[in-house]
Amino acid sequence: MRRHTGDDDLAPAALRTAAHPSPHAAHPVPEPAYAISTRGLVKSYPGPEGMTNHAVRGLDLDVERGETFAFLGPNGAGKSTTIAMLCALARPTSGRATVAGADVLTQPHEVRQRVGMLFQHSAMDPDLTAEQNLHIHARLYGLPRRHARRRAAEVLETAGLTDRRRSPVRTLSGGMRRRLEIARQLLHAPGILFLDEPTTGLDPHARAQVWEHLRALRETHGSTLFVTTHYLDEAENCDRIAIIDRGRLVAQGAPLALKAAIGDDRVVLRTGDDPAARQVVRGIAPPDRAVTVDEGGICLRVPGGSAWIPRFCAALEAHGIAVHAASATPPTLDDVFFHHTGRSLDGASPARPPAGPVAPAGSKAAAQAGGSR
Amino acid sequence: MTTYTWKSPDTPYGESTGRLRRELRAVHALIHRDLLRLACQRTHTALMLLHPVLYLFILGGGLAALIPRSSLGVGYQAYLFPGMLMMTVQTPAIMVGIRLITDRESGYLRELLMAPVHRSTLLLGSCAGGTLTAAVQGAVLLGLAGAAGLPYDPLLLVLLLAGMILASFTITALALALAVSLRRAETFHTLLGLVMMPLLFLSGGFFPLTALPGWARTLSEANPLAYAVDLLRRVIALRVPEQAAAAGVEWAGHPPPLLLEAALLLTSGTLALLWAAHRFNRPE
Repeated sequence: MRRHTGDDDLAPAALRTAAHPSPHAAHPVPEPAYAISTRGLVKSYPGPEGMTNHAVRGLDLDVERGETFAFLGPNGAGKSTTIAMLCALARPTSGRATVAGADVLTQPHEVRQRVGMLFQHSAMDPDLTAEQNLHIHARLYGLPRRHARRRAAEVLETAGLTDRRRSPVRTLSGGMRRRLEIARQLLHAPGILFLDEPTTGLDPHARAQVWEHLRALRETHGSTLFVTTHYLDEAENCDRIAIIDRGRLVAQGAPLALKAAIGDDRVVLRTGDDPAARQVVRGIAPPDRAVTVDEGGICLRVPGGSAWIPRFCAALEAHGIAVHAASATPPTLDDVFFHHTGRSLDGASPARPPAGPVAPAGSKAAAQAGGSR
Repeated sequence: MTTYTWKSPDTPYGESTGRLRRELRAVHALIHRDLLRLACQRTHTALMLLHPVLYLFILGGGLAALIPRSSLGVGYQAYLFPGMLMMTVQTPAIMVGIRLITDRESGYLRELLMAPVHRSTLLLGSCAGGTLTAAVQGAVLLGLAGAAGLPYDPLLLVLLLAGMILASFTITALALALAVSLRRAETFHTLLGLVMMPLLFLSGGFFPLTALPGWARTLSEANPLAYAVDLLRRVIALRVPEQAAAAGVEWAGHPPPLLLEAALLLTSGTLALLWAAHRFNRPE
């Protein structure tokens, strides 16, 4: 159930805008239909020897409400800096950003009241119990005492930690702690939840649990999730992905669209007579495609691979060649990342070749579903 | 598509709450945190309380026989008592500064900064929490008044407690002013090790300031701890005249009025807190 992410569904956007009376009607742009919207966001730090260190250079992002948005990039790409600016923790050097309908520069308190932020290295009072930690946090966010107690009980329930509420935090396992940290960010019922590497350092089981928890959250509350991650399988499950490298946005779009834009699917056919089949496939495939034969069958890379399979099969059968198996494998997100940055995301294999020939410019533009470049 | 509003009517956002109320709740949250921690770390608290008691009984007991009553006006243990009270509140007050730095290192401070309140409010909350925990510990040690030969006079105890609250506020604020500009806990510890001893010995808690050479006495006149000790000592003298000890801080040979001393402590604490808030407010 992938949501379409076009920029042009103005009708529902207008409806949602009407339901949300903006306290600052004087700022009509960017549209409040977006949970997060930035234009030309820049953050520079003074570097050594009078140099300026640009952490983020001109970021344009649009994240729709209720969307799960993945922010993907290598270490030092500017992910955490961007998040700090979006949470009104750091001031942008230039540009502007609207988060949950509030401007990060002029209304930082409103922004922070409406968002939750899970830091990569989150901290709690280890000696205090889960309940006590939550209570203090709720009070910091201005909840009255009775509400604070009720909300703490509610989020503990959601996190599945009700039976551990009186345990000191230091006695909880890593996965439980992470769930408690997420629960703590839900106390003030934020519309947007920022999660900086939410599953780093967790074992696969705890990782799955955290994601299940996040998915449930999104389904029951419609929260917008803004997630940074370097796990590709996690990004894969998000509605949209933005790839950031050296402070710049290099690609933005739905995972499928991003993958479709950069490369071609690998189509593999197993037939009764591979060499003969190769001649047939060559005849109908685009002329610039190499068709190879190996023990796995005949193989070629074409855009929209699965759409070609019926055509290949029909042609092969017309030539009396039996087709035993056919498959089309799309490129992975790692291929996408490599295509845009020239590096692999895990950094292990920088020399790995890209998934296929570089896609024509037109299809690349189609992948920029956010249309913000 | 999921539709939702930023704020459903039954959602207990703090957003509808008034500005000031929200800031006060944040201050209360930080005080609450400090009190919970105090309750959790019983061993640590007990050890902190033991420290001044050891001074009172070991140092006080040992020197009592050597120091003639005539030079102090009172027995040495009674003389040491105000200094001991000051030490009791000083340790937890200074811990607030150390905690600000360790909170910064652990990332807890970042969680606090995410709260939708002013940064100064967070600092005020830390200061209030530190002052209160220090005063609570000081109140426990007031129970030893009898050992120093003081009567358990309710008004005396209340006045001493008020003096300790004032002293803890000033010391907490000074510790915070120091901590906001330091990034590493080690630096703070080293600095404390360097200045704590002269501050203590120049406070008049262990021996009369009149016994010091002139230059040291001048230094002690700039020592906030000296005013704190002097304040406590003179509160005792006020209620129990026969326990009036030798003079503490003197300006041109005359002790400054009691209320002026209190005002000085309050002012220097407030100024330190304002400066700390100013430093802390700097955006990144």
